[in-house]
Amino acid sequence: MLQRFGAAVRGRSRGPLILLVLAPVVLAGCSLPSFGAYRGSTTQGQDAFKLWQGFFVTGLIIGGFVMALILWAVFRYRRRSEDIPRQSQYHRLVEILYTVVPLIIVSGLFAFTVITENEVTATPAGPVQVDVTAFQWGWQFYYPETGKLVEGETTQAPQMVVPAGETVNIHLKSVDVIHGFYIPQFNYSQYAQPGTVNKFNINVLHTGVYRGQCTQLCGLYHSVMLFSVRAVTPDQFAAWVHEVSGNSASIGQLKAQIKAGGPGA
Amino acid sequence: MTDVIIPVDTGLGVTPPVITEHQVSHAHEEHGPSGILKWLTSTDHKVIGMSYMITSIVVFYIAGLMALVLRLQLASPSGSLVSFQQYNELFTMHGSLMLYLFAGPFAFGGLANYVVPLQVGAPDMAFPRLNALSYWLYLTGSITMMMGFMVAGGAASFGWVAYAPLSSATNSPGAGGDVFIMSLVLTGFSAIFTGVNLVATIFYLRAPGMTMFRMPIFTWNMLVTGILILIAFPVLTSALIMLFCDRHFGTHIFSVQGGGSPILWQNLFWFFGHPEVYILALPFFGIVTEVLPVFSRKPVFGYKGMVFATMAIAALSTGVWAHHMFTTGLVLLPFFSLLSLLIAVPTGIKFFNWIGTMWRGQLRFTSPMLFSIGFLFAFLMGGVTGVMLAAPPIDFFVHDTYFVVAHFHQVLFGTAVFAGFAGLYYWYPKMFGRMLNDKLGKWHFWLMFIGFWVTFIPQYQVGLKGMPRRVASYPAGLGWQIYNQISTIGSFIIAISFAILLWNLWISWRRPVLAGDNPWDAHTLEWFTTSPPPHHNYTHLPPIRSERPTWDYNHPEAPAILGHGDSHRLKQKVGAP
Repeated sequence: MLQRFGAAVRGRSRGPLILLVLAPVVLAGCSLPSFGAYRGSTTQGQDAFKLWQGFFVTGLIIGGFVMALILWAVFRYRRRSEDIPRQSQYHRLVEILYTVVPLIIVSGLFAFTVITENEVTATPAGPVQVDVTAFQWGWQFYYPETGKLVEGETTQAPQMVVPAGETVNIHLKSVDVIHGFYIPQFNYSQYAQPGTVNKFNINVLHTGVYRGQCTQLCGLYHSVMLFSVRAVTPDQFAAWVHEVSGNSASIGQLKAQIKAGGPGA
Repeated sequence: MTDVIIPVDTGLGVTPPVITEHQVSHAHEEHGPSGILKWLTSTDHKVIGMSYMITSIVVFYIAGLMALVLRLQLASPSGSLVSFQQYNELFTMHGSLMLYLFAGPFAFGGLANYVVPLQVGAPDMAFPRLNALSYWLYLTGSITMMMGFMVAGGAASFGWVAYAPLSSATNSPGAGGDVFIMSLVLTGFSAIFTGVNLVATIFYLRAPGMTMFRMPIFTWNMLVTGILILIAFPVLTSALIMLFCDRHFGTHIFSVQGGGSPILWQNLFWFFGHPEVYILALPFFGIVTEVLPVFSRKPVFGYKGMVFATMAIAALSTGVWAHHMFTTGLVLLPFFSLLSLLIAVPTGIKFFNWIGTMWRGQLRFTSPMLFSIGFLFAFLMGGVTGVMLAAPPIDFFVHDTYFVVAHFHQVLFGTAVFAGFAGLYYWYPKMFGRMLNDKLGKWHFWLMFIGFWVTFIPQYQVGLKGMPRRVASYPAGLGWQIYNQISTIGSFIIAISFAILLWNLWISWRRPVLAGDNPWDAHTLEWFTTSPPPHHNYTHLPPIRSERPTWDYNHPEAPAILGHGDSHRLKQKVGAP
């Protein structure tokens, strides 16, 4: 039901519609500031970023309005005499207004949330699949089509290589505790959990290196459980993925190394 | 209740008894033992309430000092003040102490215990011995929690949420985790007993004339909080016992290896955890709703709307738990997103009621009023960012980052600290019969207010740039250091403000300034009795014809309440002698 609603509104009209409803005062969507967030280096990240802009502008307007009311009350109605002010307690019209108007605003926010959510969580099949396995305290990236394997733990943060401009299916899981797979510039994170495979897509827009990090507390070396993503052209990716893997240590061996040597801090 | 007869004073124009210094020092010694024996054996709600408050404020200062260590560690990218293990223990204990052992117990064990029976005109809580048991379980639980630092392997280090399977015996061996679980089982029972007591007291021990819709909003909020405690805490307590069985008795409730489900822990925990957020917030909303009318010299605006908004928040709060789990990929996103967004509506109603209360009033900026207005600003920002977090696509990229840390500190610091200390400054004269110094109170407020924004605004930005929470170090060269350093400076400004509070408490003890019964010209029943109140609270009561009996008694000349939908009471007031 909700997805169908999202699909109905989705399409070319979506961007302007968001701005129309969420931010009527701002006309030019592209010139909106980023409000501190990344603009998103994936298509999914860009969608999430637009929603962020919409929520931020809405929050700014509503928060600013409420703050102005508080400040007005505080400065205008400081004590001026010993008189007892009018003992007003109810005002039905105002009470109805401040119940109904927020309900309408919230409904609008929810509609655009659902639309964006369906876009960023959609998982159409792409040409590349990466099985990401998190462990204490590192990452394994496995490319099932070619058998390519990249692993690394705290002292040698591993790098996941993906083709830019193509859909990459990520299958995310953990072998021990819960970890968080997070690439800030992609505006996306998901838990890596034992016993469950989380599936999502990334479509990286441009080549480059993007840093990533575990976000969910996972034990002693959580702070240094880093990785990175390198987006390359599809040709470069094809060449890379067929290279003989230089790294063949299993997760078990890596974990043994961590226990023995205590890398990290 | 039954053996105490409260004569209802029907005559107006009789001034309430004026307190003398003699009464200040001897009011508590009318019955039973005195001194240390009184504090150990008392079943008086006022003594237990004060014990709760003192204990929880001690916990607050200890947890605050831990926060300073955490902030110092993060002032440089590879801080070496504490080790990774110590850091993990410290933030786990900071969160556990603040959330489980300060914010809740300070509100429903301390202030509510003291104030609710007074506000409804009761001589004590409904079950005084159960009340005493609550306190002693709470004290034992608090000591147990802090003993974690003394066991082999150190205190619990899996975060205050204790996510499975990190909290399993394999991943977190050692007694620290067990001590954590046992502490929370003890304090969980303590909270449940207090919840029972509050609900029973408010339903059954109200004075003649105190109908439900004449109860002060603080009492209303404590009733709803009590019900929420009874919904939420048994779930936490049983989940903890399951976790203990997993750790020691070979069950596999939360472990994949044995066919269990780690996500079950998160569902159970947050089914407790989100109502808990409102258990921690509603009492403090109540405090602000007491303070703002008194210092605006007006009734609460939209009293009934306020009551229904509180109930709506409580009802919605039981259906939003999985918004903490959006990134698990295992929850129905739109449902939890919608319910979370909807909470903004009753919360907004509260905001407009608070503003409406001040509107066209005569505002007096005493310390409690300043702290309440500070709460409005803090909670406004925390609320707006909370709405952002209710949208899963936004939550995906700020979940478990410093953005969330900043958000929930603005909400919880805004409520438990700003509004909590508004309550302390407000009711302190009632509890001890002496004033806190208002000038020092203002220093406390302004330093804390400035320190609060300096600490938490940079955390939003560094979170958006990708800094995860619960990290003891972070990569240099990402531009994160400056935000962390500003935040660290802010935390020390807050610390200075709390040193001023200690000084204020000290001088009020050494050089008391007598308060009298009703120093604020307050509205509710507790200001009718002496400060501090006698053993069973009241020797006589004023007629209770509105939610402001003390105001009605002291201001027979005041104009009647105006507004729609309340004509029956208008007539009643006009007809009153």
